[in-house]
Amino acid sequence: MSTVAVELTPTLPEVHYLNADYGWRSWLFTTDHKRIAWLYLFAITGFFAVGGLMATLMRLNLIEPQGLLMEPASYNKLFTAHGLIMIFFFLAPSIPTVLGNFLIPIMIGARDVAFPKLNLLSWYIFMLAGSVFMFSVIRGGVDTGWTLYTPLSTTYANGHVLSAAVGIFISGFSSILTGLNFMVTIHKMRAPGMTWFRLPLFIWALYATSVIFILAMPVIAITLALIALERVFHVGIFDPALGGDPILFQHLFWFFGHPEVYILILPSMGVMSELVAAGCRKRIFGYSFVAFSSVAIAAISFMVWGHHMFLSGQSLYAGFVFSALSFAVAIPSAIKVFNWTATMHKGSVSYDAPMLYAIGFIGLFTIGGLTGLFLASLGTDVHLHDTYFVVAHFHYVMVGGAIMGYLGGLHLWWPKMTGKLYPEAWARFACLLVFAGFNLTFGPQFILGYLGMPRRYAVYAPEFQVLNVMSSAGASILAVGYLIPLIYFTWSAFKGPVAGPNPWGAKGLEWTIPSPPPTNNFDETPIVTEAYAYGPEEAHVG
Amino acid sequence: MSEHVLPKKLYFMVFLALVVLTAITTGVAFIDLGPFNTVVALVIAVIKGSLVVLFFMHLKYQTGMTRVVILAALLWLAVLIGITMSDVFTRHWTEKGKAWQQSSIISPDSVTRSTVFWLPDRA
Amino acid sequence: MADAAHASAAPVAHQFDDFEQQTIADTFGMWLFLATEVLFFGGLFCGYSLYRNLYFEAFTAGSHLLKINYGAFYTVLLICSSLTMALGVRAAQLRRRTALMVLVSLTWIMGFAFVFVKLRYEWYGDYLEGLVPGLNWAPSRESMEMINHFHAAGPHVALFFIFYFCMTGLHALHMVVGLGLLTTLLIFAKQGKVTGGNYNWVELVGLYWHFVDIVWIFLFPLLYLIGGRYV
Repeated sequence: MSTVAVELTPTLPEVHYLNADYGWRSWLFTTDHKRIAWLYLFAITGFFAVGGLMATLMRLNLIEPQGLLMEPASYNKLFTAHGLIMIFFFLAPSIPTVLGNFLIPIMIGARDVAFPKLNLLSWYIFMLAGSVFMFSVIRGGVDTGWTLYTPLSTTYANGHVLSAAVGIFISGFSSILTGLNFMVTIHKMRAPGMTWFRLPLFIWALYATSVIFILAMPVIAITLALIALERVFHVGIFDPALGGDPILFQHLFWFFGHPEVYILILPSMGVMSELVAAGCRKRIFGYSFVAFSSVAIAAISFMVWGHHMFLSGQSLYAGFVFSALSFAVAIPSAIKVFNWTATMHKGSVSYDAPMLYAIGFIGLFTIGGLTGLFLASLGTDVHLHDTYFVVAHFHYVMVGGAIMGYLGGLHLWWPKMTGKLYPEAWARFACLLVFAGFNLTFGPQFILGYLGMPRRYAVYAPEFQVLNVMSSAGASILAVGYLIPLIYFTWSAFKGPVAGPNPWGAKGLEWTIPSPPPTNNFDETPIVTEAYAYGPEEAHVG
Repeated sequence: MSEHVLPKKLYFMVFLALVVLTAITTGVAFIDLGPFNTVVALVIAVIKGSLVVLFFMHLKYQTGMTRVVILAALLWLAVLIGITMSDVFTRHWTEKGKAWQQSSIISPDSVTRSTVFWLPDRA
Repeated sequence: MADAAHASAAPVAHQFDDFEQQTIADTFGMWLFLATEVLFFGGLFCGYSLYRNLYFEAFTAGSHLLKINYGAFYTVLLICSSLTMALGVRAAQLRRRTALMVLVSLTWIMGFAFVFVKLRYEWYGDYLEGLVPGLNWAPSRESMEMINHFHAAGPHVALFFIFYFCMTGLHALHMVVGLGLLTTLLIFAKQGKVTGGNYNWVELVGLYWHFVDIVWIFLFPLLYLIGGRYV
């Protein structure tokens, strides 16, 4: 749909949070959650570029079976850095710190988060962490894989494990503080009338994510500290030669690691609920089911970590339990997909970029989720573990799922954040490029994995070349698809048409305030009635 | 956040209880109770911890949400330790080199006798 | 918008509607932080559980090589400091500035004594006896006799000591941070900032201090009292 017909051409408000104050000090010392969201946006986009560059080099290398560009030692460092940067410095912060920071106070009717100065401190800690980690990369990097398995990482690796571990450790604190901030904000600062079941589903999802931040991140922190200790003092906490148990490391790591991947996907699912509601101009079908499924995912995600360890020497019987629970954790995710699809039924579906990203998410996340079941079942995992099947699975959920959700959310709320509209035609084109490029990149990898190509290998058997070349070709299309929004978003911030408070005709507190919002968000404390109050008349607009 | 002020006497009584429990736990360590030494020590530690949380930290007078936070943290810690230990305890149920159908459940004392059996054979 | 009329004249941050909401939010935030600390220490407890079960003899031997007197002394010292801290919160509630300052100072002194005795006497003593893996692992003949008495293996006893130093070290680090918090509190108390009806800062520092005490309450039996001292 094009913009809702209005009587007047919308104008920018005179004073809003972007022009309320000028100068670098007003940005670097800000406590306004909306400005902090921008600080994060620039930071994570930078990290995405670095991680993306590494992926580009990796896919270029894999064009030739013997490796086109580099030796395995360098390749190992590339995929390790790619994983660590993308997970800790792009995906984990992306939706919570950019969209979450911007929207949570507005969506619940508050003036700011509970602890604004802590919010700014979180950003500084994040930047410190990124600097320390990039120092490790620049000095030569780490070659252990993002999972830092012992005793390779503690005893035998020659890379800069210590500085990488310290960088990740510090980034964990940033996340913990952000999660803490969000939880207190959502619990204690809702506007009058904003009961739990009137909250946007985005808030439910971010709440569940914050719970995982609080419970999971400290465990990776202590695990990294133990790696550092073992590396510096040469003591055998995880070294079997000294009586240590390497599987202990894996338990500790994956107790964090599995909930971590739900940190990556839950916020995106929250965005999805908002995209589908706005794009179909309809209340989300089964609101309470979707809300509870977020909490259920957070809870069950802590009990499935052993499915990463089926082949590690872990007890077979523990494997049974983990496998069964892993099947269980798929259920709440499936509930969400069913509910979004049901929302689309008899809704007034628009085909704007946000909705296109949402539709793409539904398809790609479903594929990613279903392929996860092959990995959750013990028998098939024996063959698929450490192959490209795993790589394809997690990229389908993390890129096809999480990043599509992030981009969809950026498009939906860009007018709110900047007061400007992005060019819709370019946005749709970029979305289709991303979708096509993504599938061409990662679809063949399922086949490669099934045929037996191992992951984390710089060279491969010649019969896999065709599929690898397809994958690399897809990656180049994907890269273009990501580059185009960078250009038109920047352009639109300066030269785009004015958006007005509610260009989509959507419901939600954020659409009742001007675009861009004033620093204090609300001039009067809003009175809240019902979430997603779309009436039948909305379905016929546009 | 509770506004009411607790009487000094309550704090001193809790303090006394904590000191007495410390004396008991130290004393019991000098008596041979076999495996129950650990049980008694942990039970006493839980009681002492609960006294501190409930009275010194005022949890007894806090909202329900605060209790949920602490219980959740403890519950998930129990999940971490519990499932990890269940892996350790049942690893030897599958004997190395045998199909799982052929293994038998070995007697418990082999848990303490088992060593790191996942190591590759040293050349 | 901010409600000006409240019993306390304390400032209310702009994001909060009133003083009560601010207090509730601050306290809830501190409890959430303590929950993260439970999991932070928890990872070490998990590793400890695993190795204690695999190498019980070694852990027993290692525990016997620790000096139980130090452990008991620390426990009683921390319980006393918790008492003074709790009484300090009470003093702040009752707006008694001098009492608060005295009690916080006592808490600080006991916390400092804990760290000082631990570093200067216990740990340095362990170092001299060659019981510090990584820095000086060379158990004396008496220590080796103790280890052999329990049929333990040397490297496994080293594992015990790694966990001993990691867990008590992390705890001591938290004590030092606590001393810093107490110092700040003392300064605020002197300036009269926490005895004007807004005693929440004292409560928050108290929560942290008590938590660190609780960690030690568990560390004491788990490290110093393994296997009993009847042998």
